[in-house]
Amino acid sequence: MSVRCGQALNAALHEIFERDERVYLLGEDLLDPYGGAFKISQGLSTRWPDRVLTTPVSEPSMFGVSAGLALRGYRPILEIMFGDFIALGLDQVVNGIAKFRAMFDDRVTVPLVVRTPMGGRRGYGPTHSQSLEKLLVGVPGITVVAPSECHDLGGMLAEAVDDDEPVFFIENKLMYGRPNRRPEGGRVGDLSCSEGEGRYPALTFSGNGLGRADATIVTYGGMLPVALDAATELILEHEVFTEVVALGRLLPLDLEPVLDSLGRTGSLVTLEEGTLTGGVGAEIAARVQAEAWSDLNGPVIRVATRDGIVPAARSLEDEALPGVEDVVSAVTALERVGG
Amino acid sequence: MNGQAPTGSDARALYARMRLIRRFEETLLELFAAGKLHGTTHTCIGQEADAAGVISCLEPERDVVVSNHRCHGHYLAFTDDVDGLLREVMGRVGGVCGGKGGSQHLFAGNFYSNGVLGSTVPVAAGMALAEREKGGGAIATVFVGDGTLGQGVVYESLNIASLWKLPLLVVVEHNGYAQSTPSTLQLAGDVESRARAFGVATSRHDTTDVLEVRAAAREGVDHVRSTGTPYFLVLDTYRFSPHSKGDDFRDPEEIAARRLRDPLVVGEGLVSDAEREEISAGVESRLAEAVEQALAAPLAAQEPAAR
Repeated sequence: MSVRCGQALNAALHEIFERDERVYLLGEDLLDPYGGAFKISQGLSTRWPDRVLTTPVSEPSMFGVSAGLALRGYRPILEIMFGDFIALGLDQVVNGIAKFRAMFDDRVTVPLVVRTPMGGRRGYGPTHSQSLEKLLVGVPGITVVAPSECHDLGGMLAEAVDDDEPVFFIENKLMYGRPNRRPEGGRVGDLSCSEGEGRYPALTFSGNGLGRADATIVTYGGMLPVALDAATELILEHEVFTEVVALGRLLPLDLEPVLDSLGRTGSLVTLEEGTLTGGVGAEIAARVQAEAWSDLNGPVIRVATRDGIVPAARSLEDEALPGVEDVVSAVTALERVGG
Repeated sequence: MNGQAPTGSDARALYARMRLIRRFEETLLELFAAGKLHGTTHTCIGQEADAAGVISCLEPERDVVVSNHRCHGHYLAFTDDVDGLLREVMGRVGGVCGGKGGSQHLFAGNFYSNGVLGSTVPVAAGMALAEREKGGGAIATVFVGDGTLGQGVVYESLNIASLWKLPLLVVVEHNGYAQSTPSTLQLAGDVESRARAFGVATSRHDTTDVLEVRAAAREGVDHVRSTGTPYFLVLDTYRFSPHSKGDDFRDPEEIAARRLRDPLVVGEGLVSDAEREEISAGVESRLAEAVEQALAAPLAAQEPAAR
């Protein structure tokens, strides 16, 4: 029986706390029995009451307090209850956390991990359903990691804590309750899956064993199941074979696995849960056309949340967020253009 | 300790410190006027008693100081690093941050400064938390101005510092202006009450006498070190210089009246005439040499990326 993603993260936090006493956890409502709004921090405050600091509702200062701890020798993890609330801390991120190392001439490090869940489909409405990682991807000096349910979640969280750079560890609300489907024997279900090297690796999925495929879908985080469902539907309904690249790291952008897959497929669709304009897909498209123009048979198509709010009502939310049919349409449209 | 008379060498050191800070910043403004400096600077001319007095109560080898855009005085009082600061502001090799930070973004030893008002206070609180956890008795001091009291994050930080019992000294250098805006147009109510509301001990002193500043700071530092809880020290002062370089629209009579309370005039009696001349000559030759060497130093260059 596979472990759920939320459990994997919780278990990893316990291991991280056991092996490194410089690790502190700060955030709202962390104490047991509550254990954080999504229960990822459960059990920690009971075992390490002095290293789990439940905070006032004060995100702006908590980013700063965490930065101060990191600058002075600790390895804090800051849990931001909803990804939407990173907006409250952006001054600290943009004008401090991301800059300290460079503006202090590389003589300090800020080994801080900010964990936060993004994403909709829980009916939480416009301010509790967003995917705002694109705001972070425009901030040089931080690392943005966004694992999917098929990534080694615990391992990546441990890597983030060991990282000397400030790392934003973007989780996904729906992912917490889903199984952490790690590749076994190079497969996840009916798809083959290969994992990249190094920290925060990308995963590349194929229905065709990395043989010839017709298109690449690049995605990350909570959109992976949508991409994989679309890939399956494309095979069964349209006889179109795709590769799906699930990035592990968005900043610095891990483009290699995308270029690698594009070399086999010639077509690219980007899929993200953030809104369309100025998104991660836009950056990928810009990089890909500059670096692999001759590999492209047609334009890069972006699939994303419609520019606007994520409404609360399920019917409206479904309309705003990208779904399997949006991905299938994008890929089949490309197939018509590019042949 | 409080109120203890300074020994002769203490008084001399305080005066010499203020003199160095004053002449360092006047030199910067001269270099700007001569077109030899690029960028911006915010001088603390008139406020030197705060930097000299407060920092004389700290222990640079363990205590942390977090400063703001107007940080030269604090930096010099804490590190005595004339060359590193001058070259940093001048964008030359040998600048303390390699020319990347410039006037407002300094780091050396236990000293940090940053340029966005208010953002420094929670960082200092986090540093105070780190030092508390290390158990070495160090404290963190953060300098802010009355303009920064408009930032909400200051009050979040006071709440946390009080709630978590952090060894944090907040020094408010209340110079009556937020850039060009008089505090009467930007501050409501009472300043000290803002700290008291969070259960933070506080005191306020309208003085440019470095000995009085030091006595007040000593009380604050002793409070923080002995109780492990924060202290909010308000020092009323005045800056003679513009906010930055040429942006001054204040009434010249107002400035002239305050010059009677120039900390270097008030502090003249700390040293004999002969000592004062000796200090002055020492400062002048030190600065002249620093400027000459800085001008001869190569322009800051981007080292090969370390990562």
